[in-house]
Amino acid sequence: MGLLDYKFESSNVFITSLENLLNWARLSSLFQMQFGLACCAIEMMAASASNFDIMRFGVIPRATPRQTDVMIVAGTVTLKMASRIKRLYDQMAEPRYVISMGSCSNCGGPYWEHGYHVLKGVDRVIPVDVYVPGCPPRPEALLEGIMKLQEKVRKESMSKKAHKA
Amino acid sequence: MTSQEIQDTLKSKFGDAVLESKLDAQQPWIKIATNKAKSIGFFLRDEPSLQFDFMSCLSGVDYNDGSLGIVYHLYSMVHKHKIVLKASCTKDNPHIQSVSDVWGTANWHEREAFDMFGIYFDEHPDLRRILCPDDYPGFPLRKDFKVPEFYNGMKVPY
Repeated sequence: MGLLDYKFESSNVFITSLENLLNWARLSSLFQMQFGLACCAIEMMAASASNFDIMRFGVIPRATPRQTDVMIVAGTVTLKMASRIKRLYDQMAEPRYVISMGSCSNCGGPYWEHGYHVLKGVDRVIPVDVYVPGCPPRPEALLEGIMKLQEKVRKESMSKKAHKA
Repeated sequence: MTSQEIQDTLKSKFGDAVLESKLDAQQPWIKIATNKAKSIGFFLRDEPSLQFDFMSCLSGVDYNDGSLGIVYHLYSMVHKHKIVLKASCTKDNPHIQSVSDVWGTANWHEREAFDMFGIYFDEHPDLRRILCPDDYPGFPLRKDFKVPEFYNGMKVPY
């Protein structure tokens, strides 16, 4: 439901529910936790750069979990890193979201069989909202992932339980 | 210096510590006694006609016959010659002399070989794991290594 659907033509007035307004505000400023772990980070950087400009979606990279809404796990999650990811996720303020970017963090990627040190999917330690496939995904794919997450946030409701829509 | 001359120089100084060699290989190698690694290292570095002042690489090997090996790739920036040294130890007693006093590069390389193969480098100043977590079970590049089912509560296999 778009925010502007209930605009009166004659005056400067919107009618909307508080829920819609809050969701619109949240989905328009998804601050991103930088989590470049491997080559996917290069594509994430490209998505932040001027060609793709992820900031037009309100995604601003922050270097601390306290200030972020979404963690983009970009790259191979090693067993050594997994406990750190879990801790950083726990430090993020709710509501928090996770985008798993690339085959490695989706399912282990090329290390799925012989990767004795690789966690086969970041969803084994933290809940994932959006999976972006690719090895590595192009910046457009990451943008698509961001937009999918925005759709998810838009449908969320305070009265109903979150994460169900 | 040719690899034959390098071997002869080494033999004249250490005699039977030079066990075996293959000098017509693409990378000529000389096998040395495990308990002489450090003194041979110092000799190769300091002898004016050799001057192996650069360690290109130090690797661990599992030969899958109960023995583990170390391979040293050495190069001389002065004389522009190179040689490969090999040493081996058994899996039951995986100890070898550290050459980190001879070449500083060896410090981290030996830690890696320790991490992956469980080769203990005696007198190494800081022999800890370098890549795997400190509490990782086993040595992953050994041929008989089995991937653990769980690590700290996280399932490891796919």
